[in-house]
Amino acid sequence: MNATGSTPVLSLKGVSKSFGPVQALSDVDFEVRPGEVVALVGDNGAGKSTLVKVIAGIHPADEGSMQFEGQEVTVNGPADAVALGIATVYQDLALSDNLDVVENLYLGREKVADGPAGTVGQLDEVSMEKRTGELLENLAVTITDLRAEVGTMSGGQRQQVAIARSLLGEPKLVVLDEPTAALGVRQTAQVLALIKRLKEQGHAVLVISHNLADVFEVADRIFVLRLGREAGDFAASDTNQEQVVGAITGASGNGGNR
Amino acid sequence: MTAAGATVEDDAEERSPTLDLVRRFIAGDLAELRVVLAIAVIWAIFYVQEPRFLSSINLSNLVLQMTAVGLVSIGVVLVLLLGEIDLSVGAVSGLCAAIMAVLIEKEGWSPYLGIAAGIAAGTVIGLFQGSVFTRFAVPSFVVTLAGLLAWPGAQLEVLGETGTVNINDPKVTGLTNTFYSDMVGWIVGLAAIAIYAAFALRARQKRVGEGLSAPPLGLLLMRIGLVTVAVLVAIWVLNDDRGLPLAALILVGFCLFFFYITTRTRFGRHIFAVGGNAEAARRAGINVNRVRVIVFMIASSMAAAGGIMAASRLLAVNQSSGAGDFLLLAIAGPVIAGTSLFGGRGSVWHALLGALVITSISNGLDLQGRESSVKFMVTGGVLLLAVVIDAIARRQRQAAGRV
Repeated sequence: MNATGSTPVLSLKGVSKSFGPVQALSDVDFEVRPGEVVALVGDNGAGKSTLVKVIAGIHPADEGSMQFEGQEVTVNGPADAVALGIATVYQDLALSDNLDVVENLYLGREKVADGPAGTVGQLDEVSMEKRTGELLENLAVTITDLRAEVGTMSGGQRQQVAIARSLLGEPKLVVLDEPTAALGVRQTAQVLALIKRLKEQGHAVLVISHNLADVFEVADRIFVLRLGREAGDFAASDTNQEQVVGAITGASGNGGNR
Repeated sequence: MTAAGATVEDDAEERSPTLDLVRRFIAGDLAELRVVLAIAVIWAIFYVQEPRFLSSINLSNLVLQMTAVGLVSIGVVLVLLLGEIDLSVGAVSGLCAAIMAVLIEKEGWSPYLGIAAGIAAGTVIGLFQGSVFTRFAVPSFVVTLAGLLAWPGAQLEVLGETGTVNINDPKVTGLTNTFYSDMVGWIVGLAAIAIYAAFALRARQKRVGEGLSAPPLGLLLMRIGLVTVAVLVAIWVLNDDRGLPLAALILVGFCLFFFYITTRTRFGRHIFAVGGNAEAARRAGINVNRVRVIVFMIASSMAAAGGIMAASRLLAVNQSSGAGDFLLLAIAGPVIAGTSLFGGRGSVWHALLGALVITSISNGLDLQGRESSVKFMVTGGVLLLAVVIDAIARRQRQAAGRV
C-alpha cells in the first residue's frame, strides 16, 4: 500500500485496548510516514478517539507495540508522548479565552528573562512575542493583534492558534482531533490550508475527521476503523468517497454490495 | 482551495491600527479610568455636601482608613483571579492580629517577631484551607465559609478572658502613625515618577527595537503625565497635613510587588491561566493545585497584614476585630473596581481603587453624621451598580471582538 523508503514516524503493531468488557481496539496495525497526512475515519464508537488516546499517551494500550522513528517505545503518559515529539490538538482546543495569542502559545513553557530576573520567573515577553509572530507568519496565519484575547477570535482563528501552539515544541507528528468540526466553510478552508502547510514543512499529520470532503482535500492516506478493527487503508489518490463510506459502514466489508 | 491564502487574510478584518488602539484603550485602560471617574463623582458629591471632605486632613485620614481593607483586598484579587473566593479573610485578619497582639503585649515578644508570627499564622491558615480545597475538591466557598465560622472562635481563645488586648508597642502603632517629612515625601514621589517613566519608556524602546508593535509615544507620554500629576497632587495633599504616611507606602508597596508578580512573572501568568481555563492550564503542564494553594496562602497572609494594620490604627485587638462588614468590603472593593468574580480578569490595582471607593463612601457619610444603615445601603448600591456596568461593558466588548 505505502511505498517503502523512509522509516515511519510512528508505527503501531497489534494494538488492542479494552475498557472493561468493551473491546475498543483489536489488533490494529497503523503507521504514519514523514511528511504524510493520514486521515483517521470511522463511525461513532469505531475506536478513533481511543487510538488517538493511545498515541497521545492518555490511555496506554493493553497489547501491541509502538515504534517511533524506528525505535521501540513505551508511552505511559501524555508527557512521554510530548517528549517523543507527538503533539496532540484536542477538539475542545484547550485554550484560555482570557489570555492573548502569545500567552496561550507559551502557556506552561513560558520563556523567562536572562539573568537574575529570570530566577524569580520574570517573563521574556519580547522574545515570546517575536517567536510567535515568526511562527504564525511561517504558517501564513494572519492574526493582526498577537495581544488580543483568544476569546474574542473566530473559531477558525482559535483552531489555528491551537495548531500553532502544538508546533512550538517542534513535533515530528501532529495529531489533530476533529480540527474542522463546528467551523464554517471559510474557516474550514483556513484550517485545511494550514494542515497542508504543516505537511509542506515536513511534519507528519494525523487528522481525525468525520467530514469526508475535508479528508479528501488534505489526506494522502485514509485509514478506516470499524468496531475497533482496521476496515480499510486507502491511498487518497486511488479511492473515492463511496469506497471509504463502504468501509466505514461495513457495506463493502462483506463484498456483496458493490 | 487555491484561494485559501486570500481567505485567511480576509479574516484579519479591515480595521485601522489607530481604531484598534482606541478599542483596546476602551477595553483595557478605560476600565480603570471608569473607576477613577466614579471616585471623582463620589468626591464631588461629598464635597458639595460637606467641604471638609476634601480637606487635606480628611484625605490623609482616608488614606489611613483604606490601608487595612486595601491590603486584604490584594489577596482577595488574587483569589478572584483564580475564579475562587475566600470568605475567611476577615476572620483570618482578626485572628492573626490577635496572635500578634498577644505575643507582643502579653508574651513580651519583639514587635518584629510578633508581626512576623501574625503573618506566618495567616500563611499557615492559607496552606490549610488551600490544601483542603485542592485535596478534597471541596468548593473554596465552603472551605472558607468554615473558616469564617471557626477562626473567630480561635480569636476569642487567643484573646483570653478580657477579650481585648491593647497595643502600646510604638513599632506596631507606628505602622499607621508614622509620617515622613515634606522633603522625604517629595523625594519619594519624584523617584516613583522617574522610575515609572524609565521603565515604561525602556520597555517601549525594547519592543520597537525588536520590531514589535508598540503604543504610540504620545499615548505613553500622556500616561506618564497622568501618573506624574496624580502622584504630585497626592504628595502635596499629604504634605499639607501630616506628611506622607508609612501606611500609604506599605499599601502601594504591596500593590507594586503583587502587580509585578501577577503581570510579569511565570507564576502570575499561571494564576490567570488557571482562572481562565483550569483544564487548559492542566493540559499545558501547569501544576494547577500548587498555584491554587500558593494563592490561598498569599490571600490569608495579606489578610493577616491587613488585620495588623487595622489593629495598629485601632490601638487594640478585640473580639470584633475582623468581624462585621470588613470581609464584604474587602471583596466588594476589587469587584467595584472591575475584577471579575468568574476568574481570569482583574488587576491588583483594583484592590487599591476599590478600597478608595468604599472608604470614600464610608468616610463621607461618617463626616455627614449619617447612620450606618445609610452607609450599608449606599455601599451595597454602589457595588450593584458597578457590577451591572461591568457586565454591560463586557457584553459590548465581546460583541465588538467577535465582529
